[in-house]
Amino acid sequence: MRLICPHCGERDRREFTYQGAAEILARPSPEVGNDDWADYLHLRENPAGETKDMWYHDPCGAWIVMHRDTVSHAVHGGELASEVRK
Amino acid sequence: MRIEGRGLVDASKTVSFSFDGRMVTGAEGDTVASALLANDIRLVARSFKYHRPRGILTSGSEEPNALVTTGSGAGAEPNVRATMIEVHEGLVVRSQNRWPSLGFDVLSINDLAAPFFGAGFYYKTFMWPRAFWEGLYEPLIRRAAGLGALSGRNNEDRYERAHAFCDLVVIGAGPAGLMAALTAARAGADVILADEDSRMGGRMLAEAEEIDGKPGHVWVADAVAELAGMENVRLMPRTTVTGAYDQGTYGALERVGLHKAAGGHLPRECFWRIVARRSILAAGALERPIAFPNNDRPGIMNAGAVRAYLNRWGVAAGKSVAVYGNNDSAHQTARDLMDAGVEVVAVIDSRKDAVVALDAPVITGGRVTGTKGRLGLEEITVVSDNGERQIKADCLAVSGGWNPTVHLACHMNGRPVWDEAIQSFLPKPGMIPGMEAAGAANGAFSTAGCLADGERAGIEAAKDLGRKAAKAKTPRASEAAYRIEPLWVVEGKGRQWLDFQNDVTVKDVRLAAKENYASVEHMKRYTTQGMAPDQGKNSNVAALAVLADATGRGIPETGTTTYRPPFVPVSIAAMGAGAQGKGFAPQRFTTSHNASVERGAPMIEAGMWYRPSYFPRPGETTWRQACDREVTMAREAVGICDVSTLGKIDVQGPDAAAFLDFVYTNSMSTLPVGKVRYGLMLREDGHVMDDGTCARFGAGHFVITTTTAAAALVMRHLEFVAQGLRPDLDVQLVSVTEEWAQFGVVGPKSRALLNDLLDAPISDETLPYMGHQSISVLGVKGRLFRISFSGEHAYEIAVPARFGEALYRDLVERAEMLGGGAYGMEALNVLRIEKGHITHAEIHGRTTAFDIGFDRMISRKKDCIGQKMAAREGMIDESREQLVGLRPVGEVKQLTAGAHLFIEDAPATRENDQGYVTSVCYSPTVQSFLGLGFLKNGRARYGEKVRLVDHLRGVEAICEVVNPVFFDPEGGRLRG
Amino acid sequence: MANLIARSACAGLLPVTIGSVTLSEVRIDQMASVAPFKGKEAMVSEALKAACGIAFPAPNRTTSKGAARAVWAGQGRANVIGCDLPDLSGMAAVTDQADGVAAVKIEGDGAEAALARLVPLDLRAATFKRGHTARSLVNHMTASISRLGPKSFEIMVMRSMAQTLVHELTEAAEGVAARG
Repeated sequence: MRLICPHCGERDRREFTYQGAAEILARPSPEVGNDDWADYLHLRENPAGETKDMWYHDPCGAWIVMHRDTVSHAVHGGELASEVRK
Repeated sequence: MRIEGRGLVDASKTVSFSFDGRMVTGAEGDTVASALLANDIRLVARSFKYHRPRGILTSGSEEPNALVTTGSGAGAEPNVRATMIEVHEGLVVRSQNRWPSLGFDVLSINDLAAPFFGAGFYYKTFMWPRAFWEGLYEPLIRRAAGLGALSGRNNEDRYERAHAFCDLVVIGAGPAGLMAALTAARAGADVILADEDSRMGGRMLAEAEEIDGKPGHVWVADAVAELAGMENVRLMPRTTVTGAYDQGTYGALERVGLHKAAGGHLPRECFWRIVARRSILAAGALERPIAFPNNDRPGIMNAGAVRAYLNRWGVAAGKSVAVYGNNDSAHQTARDLMDAGVEVVAVIDSRKDAVVALDAPVITGGRVTGTKGRLGLEEITVVSDNGERQIKADCLAVSGGWNPTVHLACHMNGRPVWDEAIQSFLPKPGMIPGMEAAGAANGAFSTAGCLADGERAGIEAAKDLGRKAAKAKTPRASEAAYRIEPLWVVEGKGRQWLDFQNDVTVKDVRLAAKENYASVEHMKRYTTQGMAPDQGKNSNVAALAVLADATGRGIPETGTTTYRPPFVPVSIAAMGAGAQGKGFAPQRFTTSHNASVERGAPMIEAGMWYRPSYFPRPGETTWRQACDREVTMAREAVGICDVSTLGKIDVQGPDAAAFLDFVYTNSMSTLPVGKVRYGLMLREDGHVMDDGTCARFGAGHFVITTTTAAAALVMRHLEFVAQGLRPDLDVQLVSVTEEWAQFGVVGPKSRALLNDLLDAPISDETLPYMGHQSISVLGVKGRLFRISFSGEHAYEIAVPARFGEALYRDLVERAEMLGGGAYGMEALNVLRIEKGHITHAEIHGRTTAFDIGFDRMISRKKDCIGQKMAAREGMIDESREQLVGLRPVGEVKQLTAGAHLFIEDAPATRENDQGYVTSVCYSPTVQSFLGLGFLKNGRARYGEKVRLVDHLRGVEAICEVVNPVFFDPEGGRLRG
Repeated sequence: MANLIARSACAGLLPVTIGSVTLSEVRIDQMASVAPFKGKEAMVSEALKAACGIAFPAPNRTTSKGAARAVWAGQGRANVIGCDLPDLSGMAAVTDQADGVAAVKIEGDGAEAALARLVPLDLRAATFKRGHTARSLVNHMTASISRLGPKSFEIMVMRSMAQTLVHELTEAAEGVAARG
């Protein structure tokens, strides 16, 4: 499996660390209730097909939102987490 | 029998090797299989289940019968295919699964009991009594059935892993692969041509055919020479592409040194990961046998293999050979044999209308209904419209047709399609992104067809790669058509073997269908057809044809089982190459490593780091003696400890303080420059992630420390927060762990020691507790932190790592002059337990700030990671297990970590569990065993007695629950 | 008073020659990580050009002039080697790193093949040219890999891993050499 780092291009999967769905970027404010916080932390979609998830490119330090397809295994590309949240 | 003047090996260049202790002479270029056949050795193996005598069926990696063990000692390799091992001087080959000998095998008694051993036999028979399975049945069955065995010893041979990148990988160097590689390479593409064989050419080495008027092998040699001369081509012979994976990645196994004696630095095998933009599958086709009664005797071989042994190795597989087939390709075997002067006793074609233009006894519309010969074929029975007759033969060359080698095309779960004309499966385009099949793998069975299809694929690949390939003159070759009439099973008396490797018969498959294992995947698992090293390469299509017939469905509806990597067995040694021994994980050495080793310290692993356990001195016979002394040294004089392994992260930027406020539970923005503060980090779910110190160097400049264990984790977490959650903050994080060598200088005499070597002395006024400053030490710029993990008046001194060793040696010498010295991890642990300081033994991922008594460190004035979840009811419930100290008060004075805690007189059972012990030590300071642990509602239970029970080690002790700070609870020594 | 004696990361380990491959330590006396703050990238690059003659490198690239060079070192960061830095306060996070790495030069006919045993990167001369650098792996170690010439590369790993780096490179080169 080869993933795409926006800085380094296509790289071997072993250079990356997986961290779960990209929903983790939508951190609620402290004012939001516990139930919503629990959803944010623990409840995930489990899509067959197009998916966005977080990968850390260890050698270059970039956090990446990877656009992939869990059915075809295609990797469409990655966006820097810092750009997504801007 | 070697035929003079035949074959591509030079029989005068002899090589000798041993087979079951007997010396065998082969020729350079022989495989073990060809050499054995050249010496008329037909019996090579015993079958898996019934111990049936078996010979050589094929001439390639699909060989199901001739599995042997090569080599001796630790590196002996079982279950290798005799067809794939190249002979070399001194090679040791042994047969398998027989006792006492291949010719007389006691367990061949299994064969007589065969009527009881059909599919599902184990499931039906060994059900009762249940307990007998593990104790009796399984060991018995495992002894009786099986293949070769590993030596059980550590294999010291070298193996390798490697990466390769190219535009195009061509899999297989037969006529199609060579044409494809030539075409794409001439257009300028970077090409890797990988072929399983030791010599490139595929079937062109096995057939007596011509290309462009030259013998096939000569045309091959020219093509290979042209490719070898091109800078953009890498030829990889002896390399089997074993799997097709995502994003154009291909696994490939190269037999680097298996054709030579083991030893030296030459790897035995190399496992390649090839990344290619495009690939061409030109892996050819595999011939399939026919399931007639007793079709498994040594001497019954695939017809194409008989041709290969003759044309490539100059070996006749028998003296009087019969040929049996359902397609025209079988006739060629008879033709080549007769041409070489070998007697062909019969050519049997199952097709009534077959035209056989041969000067040999021909039986059309015939079928072989039985064979004879206990350890090798002696006679066959043939039935045709003219009745039944027996024919003496020592070799029967069989062709049931050819199956395109579609395996790799199916590795991403694509299914091949049935082709009526060739009676087999073909790959369809797009099964693997970027892969195209060509040649026989694509259903082109004539040489001319292969050349043309290979050229086509090469042109298309070049075009996809943005290059223009010129259409050259396609070489001329045989256009012999392939005509076939399906023939899977011949009925008659005796078992019709489908899967030789797993001893599966037609009857087994029919039984599976009858018992409703009608899906091909179920049939496979019920009968074991298609498992083991050959993965059904010889039997899959025929087995599903039998299943299709038994279930009344067509073959396309029945479908195939799933093709999975690897295409051939890959040794774990090759896949894991580079990760054995020292390659398992990087070793991280501190700058003080040599000095510690010189002082006799046993080095222990702490993550990837190596740290000294203790420093033995003359007269000390146990680690405890050294540890007790080191603790006392630090408490009474001065101790030196390398703490460089702690993670150090430099945090800079206009928003550095705001960032740290967000990741730590406590506030760092209020920390004055020149001061250090203890900090606690939570995970977002409210549990403790790590702790450490934070030192402020300027308005926007901090250096934080992490524990040794969590350094990488914390860095990744902080980057996640900075990039993913708070990109609004302007902050930069850089690890400086490796830049600084840092040493703890611990104890009442620490300042005296330091003032002796600092260029400017320090005092309580210039450097109070929890202060830090830049220093110059023996002329080198460094940093000095007055912090303490031991509870003593202590410092951590940091210098650039190149000076680390020199400073460490100097510090230890000075400490020794003051009555102290170096201390190791054992003493470090005792010092911190005496003070109730936590490590990852306590913050193990399930504890909250509340549990360790740090609830008040979570600031409510700001948002921070973990704050919200840490405040949930269940996370601050009084009944939670809370950090406590434990002191033994009963007769047993020893405590153990991992033990559980119970109310004093309650039974030590799970439902009475009150908590557990995380850390223990013997404290020479307090002169008692001490423990840290977690106890339900523990902070309210100081003074209570609890029972510690270690079920595993059989330790029981009565303990008093106390405050976890055992020593100097007021902290007077820190400031002293 | 005695001065502290410096010891380089690969002291006692290098140089070694295995077949056509030579490993030697790259001595680095000055190296700083420079990570520009938000919006300050151009300013930092200008300041570096003025003081050291080198621009802040683009991702996967190195820049150099004389002894001064800058090696891209990951997202938003470069290691500036062999020159006195200008005052970048307020513009970039600057941290000393001269002692933080073990730097090894691998050169010779078999250098690229030896690295292919350890590095999951496309190092072909046509794709990975002089002036190119990559943050990647050497077996299990995070590493910085730069091409210095047609047959030479510079590898940097964490200083504490010097021994493992030399071991890995040596073993890989031995395997290449044994193939002849």
